[in-house]
Amino acid sequence: MEAQSYISLAKTKKNQKQNQTGQTLGYILVWACGFAAIATVFWIIGYVLSQGFQVINYEFLFTRPAGGVSGEGGISTTIVSTVYLVVLTLVIVTPLGVGAAIYLVEYAGDATKESKLVAFLVQAARTGVEVLAGVPSIVFGLFGFSLFVLYLKFGFSLLSASLSGAALVLPTIIRTSEEALLTVPRAYREGSLSLGATRWHTIYSVVLPTALPGIVTGIVLSVGRIIAETAIFWVTLGGSFYLPQSIMHSGRSLALHVYMLASETRAFDKAMGTAAILIMTIVILNLGINLLSRRLTARVSGK
Amino acid sequence: MTSENHFDKFKIDKLEVFYGDFRAIKNVKMTIRSNAITSIIGPSGCGKSTFLRAFNRMNDLIPNTVTNGQVIKDDVDIQKLDVVELRKCVGMIFQRPNPFPKSIFDNVAYGPRAHGLKSQAQLEEIVERSLRQAVLWEEVKDVLQRSALSLSGGQQQRLCIARALAVEPDVLLMDEPASALDPIASLKIEELLQELKRAFTIIIVTHNMQQAARASDFTAFFNMDEDRAGYLVEYDETIKVFTNPEKRLTEDYISGRFG
Repeated sequence: MEAQSYISLAKTKKNQKQNQTGQTLGYILVWACGFAAIATVFWIIGYVLSQGFQVINYEFLFTRPAGGVSGEGGISTTIVSTVYLVVLTLVIVTPLGVGAAIYLVEYAGDATKESKLVAFLVQAARTGVEVLAGVPSIVFGLFGFSLFVLYLKFGFSLLSASLSGAALVLPTIIRTSEEALLTVPRAYREGSLSLGATRWHTIYSVVLPTALPGIVTGIVLSVGRIIAETAIFWVTLGGSFYLPQSIMHSGRSLALHVYMLASETRAFDKAMGTAAILIMTIVILNLGINLLSRRLTARVSGK
Repeated sequence: MTSENHFDKFKIDKLEVFYGDFRAIKNVKMTIRSNAITSIIGPSGCGKSTFLRAFNRMNDLIPNTVTNGQVIKDDVDIQKLDVVELRKCVGMIFQRPNPFPKSIFDNVAYGPRAHGLKSQAQLEEIVERSLRQAVLWEEVKDVLQRSALSLSGGQQQRLCIARALAVEPDVLLMDEPASALDPIASLKIEELLQELKRAFTIIIVTHNMQQAARASDFTAFFNMDEDRAGYLVEYDETIKVFTNPEKRLTEDYISGRFG
C-alpha cells in the first residue's frame, strides 16, 4: 500500500516538476565537476607539452646533458638510463612478485590450515604488503641507500636503484597479481586436476594464462611508477649524466633529470622539455597497456 | 545386464567423508558395475556430489577433508594409488561446462600434453578421436583453433567430455552434467552416454529423475539422515528401483512426495 501511495504522489504534476528541476540541477553539477577535472588534466598536460616542445629538437634528444648550472646539452643518456632502470627493475620484481602471489593464492590456503605458524606468517606477509603499499618512496630510498649503496657496497648504481625500485613496486605487483589469480574460476583448476594434471602444471598452463591480463596491468602500473619516481632514485641511482656502462654504474632517469634541472640549474625550459618527453612516454605506455590488456582479455575470453 | 563383460569396477566399503567435524556421508557400501551407467539420485545436501568426488579423490583438494573406509577400483585401494594416475583413469565432467579459455584443439589436447605427449601428429589423432567419441567432431572440425568459449553450452559440455576422453580413462564421473543445459542439448548428452557406456563405466549424479530412469542401468538412492549425514538407502537395477522399490522412503522420493 505504501509503495503505491509513493507512486501516486510522484505522479502529481507539482512533484514531477520538482523532480525535473532536481534532475537538471544534479546534471549540471555533475557535468561541471567532470568538466573541471578533465579541463585541469588537459591544461596541465597541454601547458607542459607546449612549453616543452619549444626546446625539443633532434639535438635535444640525441646529445647527453653537459652538466653545470646552465643546464647545457640534451637528454639522450637519461632516456637510455630510464630504459635500463625499468627493464632491470622488472627483471628483478616480476618473478618475485608473481611468485609470491602464486604462493599466497594457490598454496598458502592449504598450508595455513595445517600449521598455525604458517598461518601467522602468511597473515604477517599480507599485512606487510598492505603497509608497504602506502609507504612513501623516499623511505624505500633510504632503505636502499643504507642496504644496497652502503652496506652491500653497490654504490650509486643501476643495481642499487633497481633493487630499491623493485622493493617499491613489489607490493603493487603482489596485490594486482593476487587479485588476478583470485578471479580465475575454481572450475578451471578442478577441470585441470581432474584430468590428472599436477598442481604446478595446472597453475602454469591454465591459471597463469587466464590471470595474465590482470598481472600485466600490475606490471605496467609498476613501470609507470618507476618512470615517475624521483626521490628514491636520487639516493640510489646517483645522478651521473654519462651513459651507464654496466649495472654497477650510476645513471640519471628522466624524472630525476627534470628534478635536477629544475632545482640545480637555470635551464627551466629544458626541464619542461624533459617533462614533456616524460609525459608522452607515459601516455604512450598507457595506450599500449590498454591495447595489450584488451588483446589479452579478448584472447582469454575467446572473442 | 548380466552379460559376461560386466564385472565389479568399484567396491566401496564403509565409506565416510568428513569436512572438518561435519560428516557428509556415512557407511556407504556398494559395488559399481563396469560398462554400465549407474545413477545416483537423492535430495539436495544428501552427499551425492561428495560421494562422486570420492572416486577420483577430488575431496582431497578441500582442506580438512578426511575420508575413511575403502574405495577399491579393479582390486586396488585408490588411496594407495598415485592421485595423478588415478585421475587419468577416472575422468570427471562437472555440472557447469568448464572448458579452459583456450582453443578447442588445446582443450582436448590438454590432458595428453599434461602427461608429456609432445608429438603434434599423435595429438591431432587423439583430438579427432576424442571429439568423434563425444559426437562433436562434425560441428567443430573446421574451427579447431577457435576459442572453446565461443561454443554453445551443450557443445562446451561435449567438449569437456572429449577433453576427459582424451586421456583414455576407463571410468567417467558426471556431476549433473546436463542440469545447466537446455532440454535438447541435455538429450544429446544422454544419447552420448548410451554410446559411451560400451567402453566406459559411467557414474552420474542427477537431480532429474526421468533422466535417471531413462538413461541408467543401476540407480542408487541417497538420503540425508537426522545428523545431516548422507547415506545409501537403496541400490538396485534402475527398473527395479523405479517400479518396485524395496524401501518406503525410495518410493516416496521417486513419486515426488519429498526432496
